[in-house]
Amino acid sequence: MKYIDEFQDPELARRLLDDIHSTVTRPWALMEVCGGQTHTIIRHGIDQLLPEKVELIHGPGCPVCVTPLEVIDKALEIASRPGVIFCSFGDMLRVPGTGRDLFQVRGAGGDVRVVYSPLDALRIAQRNPDREVVFFGIGFETTAPPNAMTVYQARRLGIRNFSLLVSHVRVPPAIEAIMRSPSCRVQGFLAAGHVCSVMGVEEYPELAERFRVPIVVTGFEPLDILEGVRRTVTQLERGEHTVDNAYPRAVRPEGNTAARAMLEDVFEVTDRAWRGIGVIPDSGWRLSAKYRDHDAEHRFSVDGIQTREPAECRSGEVLQGLLKPHECEAFGTLCTPRTPLGATMVSSEGACAAYYLYRRLDLTPAAREATPVV
Amino acid sequence: MPVLDPAAWTCPAPLRDQPRVVMGHGGGGALSAELVQHVFAPAFGGSVLAQMGDSAAVTLGGVRMAFSTDSFVVRPLFFPGGSIGDLAVNGTVNDLAMSGARAAYLSCGFILEEGVEMETVARVAEALGAAARTAGVEIATGDTKVVESGHGDGIYINTAGIGLVPSGVDLRAQRVVPGDVVMVSGAIGVHGVAVMSVREGLEFGVEIESDCAALGGLVDAMLAVTPDLHVLRDPTRGGLAASLNEIASASGTGVVVREREVPVPPAVANACAVLGLDPLYVANEGKLVAFVPREHADAVLDAMRAHPLGAGSAVIGEVVADHPGMVVARTGLGGTRVVDLPIGEQLPRIC
Repeated sequence: MKYIDEFQDPELARRLLDDIHSTVTRPWALMEVCGGQTHTIIRHGIDQLLPEKVELIHGPGCPVCVTPLEVIDKALEIASRPGVIFCSFGDMLRVPGTGRDLFQVRGAGGDVRVVYSPLDALRIAQRNPDREVVFFGIGFETTAPPNAMTVYQARRLGIRNFSLLVSHVRVPPAIEAIMRSPSCRVQGFLAAGHVCSVMGVEEYPELAERFRVPIVVTGFEPLDILEGVRRTVTQLERGEHTVDNAYPRAVRPEGNTAARAMLEDVFEVTDRAWRGIGVIPDSGWRLSAKYRDHDAEHRFSVDGIQTREPAECRSGEVLQGLLKPHECEAFGTLCTPRTPLGATMVSSEGACAAYYLYRRLDLTPAAREATPVV
Repeated sequence: MPVLDPAAWTCPAPLRDQPRVVMGHGGGGALSAELVQHVFAPAFGGSVLAQMGDSAAVTLGGVRMAFSTDSFVVRPLFFPGGSIGDLAVNGTVNDLAMSGARAAYLSCGFILEEGVEMETVARVAEALGAAARTAGVEIATGDTKVVESGHGDGIYINTAGIGLVPSGVDLRAQRVVPGDVVMVSGAIGVHGVAVMSVREGLEFGVEIESDCAALGGLVDAMLAVTPDLHVLRDPTRGGLAASLNEIASASGTGVVVREREVPVPPAVANACAVLGLDPLYVANEGKLVAFVPREHADAVLDAMRAHPLGAGSAVIGEVVADHPGMVVARTGLGGTRVVDLPIGEQLPRIC
């Protein structure tokens, strides 16, 4: 962990920016896939420093944002039951389901616990053999392997009171869905480095070739983002469309083979709904038949949930890169982190939250006036 | 007595969304402030309470005093660099110091959970007594209650304190004006990360010790240079971001922070990077933020740096007339971003 300062160096950033400014001759629209990248871009004001001809479109890569409302409501239902200890990463607790969130379930007496690792949830299950312990398994290829490992361990150790509520999603089918959309404007991708550190880059050359779009594997610090942009626009200016790894300190071409093996053992590919977007074929994982005993949806009867999405929320368009957060009429007025209409405003990696938290001063005078002054 | 009518509230951040108390109501951010403004303040009334400072400035028998109380519910009871006993003294001493007062007397209320080991109680009491002696304050009165097993976290402590405010000292957010210089007394985020490292069993390569300390002596040193400091805050819950937002809001001015000037130790920065937290929002227990008239800034900074608890002091920004009520950071790369009041508590991200 010595990389933070090195990858935020203003002098190196200036050189990269100069290079990008001198390379770009035409307008280009690039999508950063991951919400963590979106936050780096907005938090450091990188979009303000790039040439006007380079537009960054924010992708669907926030695991909290894309988790369907139905799954959130299932989580709320399970967490409310007596005898259940419901474990989750912190940022899922404030995501609104239909009418409430996990914090409110906890305030009403539910045993909802924040953990930093799914293995912590497994330990809670070991210490509480008379309780049902459920872990909320959401996220992309980055979080799926440790969650798979937890189920693998539960089975190996014979821990029967542990289950996973699964809503894992995969990036490549989302890229395909975005490129197939008739309204797609994306000309190049900054692929999510953490995802590629697990999966490698083998899934991407076919996509780059089929859609004739450069895909540059990119990290998360400011200089990573600038280097990713530089390499993408360089390809675009030259008319190239290859897969390029700009994050070699974390990403090997084959990825993390042990993590991939764990994924293949515990999960199987399935169609998956993305909040605000809809069902994308083959875009998710579910527990394979061998591990179904540890599937919370099988263990708890949570069918027949009626969901209700706020009609004003346009987060689906934001997730598909069709709308910038501040272009939504509800942004900063009806919809704020205090009163979110959708998950993109409440998640720590959500694009709407990034714009509201960091950029509302210069983007929306109306939102500025509406800022709650406490 | 005012009648609460939730349906009639027009606050842009309504409590009607929170029919029950959630942890964020104690987090020092927007939810905490709303609880006080919508429930406690209307019920209690009183002009002194309306000041809403870290401590209340009161005049009794012609003497100006600061009066403050704080409760401590930290887990674990002992952490690197301190304990709940140290916090219980230093927290209230520092709240008084932020009014310019040297704490004179404290009260100490213990709420003990049935079953907690007597040795633990004794260790906490010893730590509390030692902290009081270090701070130069006397524990003058106290109280003990015991709750049934399962109804507490071992030990909760409440302290209250009083101290005299020197003449000529008037520390209030309302005195802040554009041109004021904003400074902090050292590295930020240390206490919050230290507690998190033991509470959550996280290790960050090097042990991070809490900065828990009593700041009365440092404030004395600053006031010796000039009694004309505008406002002081100890950025505890909600961190530096919450303190700066409170001051910007109460003074109707804008605050600009130069992000690279904010002293964040590498260990804290790394821990925050791993957890997806922003150091500006992480709690401190032995630091202060000062808003100082520009003409006194250099001398005050020198005085702070000459004190052991202010050796790492730094100027981090200034007060502007633009964007009243808001805090804006200039990023290291040359961009800008809003630094908002936290809603409740910071939540570690998923990945």
